[in-house]
Amino acid sequence: MTYEFEFGEVFAYWPELAAGAAHTLVLSTLAMAIGMVVAVLGALAKTSGPVWLRWIIDAYIELIRNTPFLIQIFLIFFGLPSIGLRLSPDAAALTALVVNVGAYGIEIIRAGIESIDGGQIEAGRSLGMKPLQIFRYVVLKPAIQAIYPALTSQFILLMLNSSVCSAIAASELTAAAGDIQSRNFRSFEVYLVVTGIYFALSVVLWSAFAGIEQAFLRKPSRR
Amino acid sequence: MAVSEPPGERAPVVTMRGVSKWFGSFQVLRAIDLDVHRAERIVVCGPSGSGKSTLIRCLNQLEAHQDGTITVDGVELRPDLPGIEAVRREIGMVFQRFNLFPHLTALENCMLAPMKVRGLSRAAAEEAARTYLARVRIPEQAHKYPVQLSGGQQQRVAIARSLCMNPKIMLFDEPTSALDPEMVGEVLDVMVELAESGMTMVVVTHEMGFARRVADRVVFMDQGEIVEVAPPAAFFDHPRNERTRRFLSQILPAGLPETN
Repeated sequence: MTYEFEFGEVFAYWPELAAGAAHTLVLSTLAMAIGMVVAVLGALAKTSGPVWLRWIIDAYIELIRNTPFLIQIFLIFFGLPSIGLRLSPDAAALTALVVNVGAYGIEIIRAGIESIDGGQIEAGRSLGMKPLQIFRYVVLKPAIQAIYPALTSQFILLMLNSSVCSAIAASELTAAAGDIQSRNFRSFEVYLVVTGIYFALSVVLWSAFAGIEQAFLRKPSRR
Repeated sequence: MAVSEPPGERAPVVTMRGVSKWFGSFQVLRAIDLDVHRAERIVVCGPSGSGKSTLIRCLNQLEAHQDGTITVDGVELRPDLPGIEAVRREIGMVFQRFNLFPHLTALENCMLAPMKVRGLSRAAAEEAARTYLARVRIPEQAHKYPVQLSGGQQQRVAIARSLCMNPKIMLFDEPTSALDPEMVGEVLDVMVELAESGMTMVVVTHEMGFARRVADRVVFMDQGEIVEVAPPAAFFDHPRNERTRRFLSQILPAGLPETN
């Protein structure tokens, strides 16, 4: 069996691929930024909030971590209009990604918070700092430093998972690929190229994460 | 028990009356009465588990007491006191394990609370931080992180960090117990200088040489009680209580420390 690769027929659509890749990157980055806020606030509430709030957050985390991402997207895109909340495919995709990464992020950041030595918190209290000041100035940065590798892995997974958003025709890379192969019937070539693009996007994100760590989160070395 | 009067008629900064505390069913403090007067230096000693650390941790309410009253600088402390932070910022505390913030340099450790709690400008906070780092004799370490400092240096940064808040009283919770022996001296020297500058101090320590040299009164605790309170000369040379004598004979096997 022989197969003649015709990559030319894929590269002819490069503007669509580039736009798809750009959309994936923007969608993912936005979801990371908003998801990070959700994760930090959720972790704060889970470690020091009232019991009823912890219970709600636990329920949210378990619900998200034990159901398929595709179903979560469908619920948001096809389900919510039934109660009058109609989102565009891109808005629904962003919402679903934030809801999803938030649940995983809360648990990751909570682990970071719990790794902080209680003595530093006592030092903050003894200096007259209020609980939120202690969280922001004493706990948060070392907590993120401690779990940064886990957090960035989760963010890469988010970017790769965003391909599932093609199921509701959000404008991202996998949807663009689907469009192209439906026109040129070159599925193998299209998805090979898209595989390469996702890989390249991962490399870009890893580099960005490393740069952020170097600039803001570098731990001091001994001497 | 009777609280022995310190020299001079100075108003108490700290008043403890009948203070008791339990951890579960274990009573860790039993009806503690103690006054600390302005510029007074009190050393608290006793066997481990005697409640001495818990006692000073009640003074800034890192631990809540369950019975009796504690008044610091005119404010009665309660666990549910709103604005306990306002009391705590007047009370410096130095911990056994330093508890520096690892993500901040020595200088930043000293600047954080003055800026966030006292509302000092960055410039004013930095000036104060440099002044106190010089006073604890490590101005050249200002830009190092805690992991880059020795234990003795870290503890001196911790002392400077507390002093930057301009506290009315300083609490020390076994400040030299986690140090290698060769670093104990540099920390005690700083504490002696602080005492000589007139700071009100309550020091939990086993350093009996420090107690003899610096303390106005030595408090001996055992099993959650204050067993004996006396000026150092009387405490070391003529301990009245049998438990005090036994404790001193255990920690001073080679005889009582010399005054230097």
